[in-house]
Amino acid sequence: MNLSFDDERPIFIQLAEQLEDAILSGAFPEETQIPSTTEISVGFKINPATALKGINMLVDSGVVYKKRGVGMFVAAGAVKKLFEKRKQEFSDKYISTLITEAKRLNLTKEDIFSMIERGFGE
Amino acid sequence: MNGLCVTNVTKNFGDVRALKNVSVEFQPNKIYGLLGRNGAGKTTLLNVITGRIFADSGKVTLNGEEVPENDKVLRNIFMMCEKSKYPDTMKVSDAMRWTREFYPGFDGEKAMALAERFQLNVKKKIKSLSTGYSSIFKLILALCVNVPYVFLDEPVLGLDANHRDLFYKTLLESYADNPATYVISTHLIEEISGIVEDVIIIRDGEIIRKETRESLLSHYYCVTGSASAVEGFITDKKVIGMDTLGGLKSAYIEGAPDRGVIPDGLEITQMDLQRLFIQLTNSKGA
Repeated sequence: MNLSFDDERPIFIQLAEQLEDAILSGAFPEETQIPSTTEISVGFKINPATALKGINMLVDSGVVYKKRGVGMFVAAGAVKKLFEKRKQEFSDKYISTLITEAKRLNLTKEDIFSMIERGFGE
Repeated sequence: MNGLCVTNVTKNFGDVRALKNVSVEFQPNKIYGLLGRNGAGKTTLLNVITGRIFADSGKVTLNGEEVPENDKVLRNIFMMCEKSKYPDTMKVSDAMRWTREFYPGFDGEKAMALAERFQLNVKKKIKSLSTGYSSIFKLILALCVNVPYVFLDEPVLGLDANHRDLFYKTLLESYADNPATYVISTHLIEEISGIVEDVIIIRDGEIIRKETRESLLSHYYCVTGSASAVEGFITDKKVIGMDTLGGLKSAYIEGAPDRGVIPDGLEITQMDLQRLFIQLTNSKGA
């Protein structure tokens, strides 16, 4: 998490992504409590309604769940779920932007393949 | 009617129409950003709402009751403004004590704790405070009065970056502990953009936008690319402003982008609140 946002997309979506990153990195392990709406609101300096909206995105996707009277917890199996989700998004998020930029630079498929091979080789 | 309602308020200063038939509502427990350029009428509006000056016509009500000259209702409203109403020779600690006389819910303990957090010396006389500390002193009062409607006119005037950061966090903490309506009028739009839920934009004494920040931002976008490509793209669009840098052009457009039909070489981005504000309030704006 970097506790700041760009202006490109709604804040609550970026917040949800950052919380997902924290779960994927192990900063918020499964079956542990995540920061409260207030802590997130103060820490990120965002409106609590926005913070709640971001958290609710994770609730809707089953990544976190609410323990009544205690707070929000990372669900068992959340990491696996997020891995699957991120893999599906990989094509949209990285491959299509990669191809757009490659076309702009007149790079061929072969050029990109050799770059990828070099990248993995290191 | 729940909330604080301003209905058809007009205010003239001599020949100048400072507020033109302004209507706006503030709902309970929400954080608002009141934005406008210098002289747009922000402070006049706040002064009318808090009963410091009287409207020529129209009315201000809180939960249905008229606000002006109504002590019982006015106790629910606090306004922090640039001008200090305290006697110059009064000490900060005495001012805090007096505030409790007018606002019985004033939390003296919290005020002392915040004074320490901001390193405000409460033994100092109010007139000897620097611009920054004078703002801090007034902010602390505003965050400790415990009333349902708090208006902050230029709350961070003269505050350094650290103190501004601390203020925004303290505001959000206070809001979480004890929800109230906060109306923040400021020129530092980027800094409050994430904090406010609703945005009210005032231009030349008229309210030109009032809606949630998210919905406001979703009604506009920016397209950038070569001047000719941008010109071609915007022919059937409602353009609210443009920036040019050599052959590069950015157009600010009202509406939602149709992601399917964006020509190659053009880039679509969302506008941030400050850029949108500038486009909407430029003298030849929308």
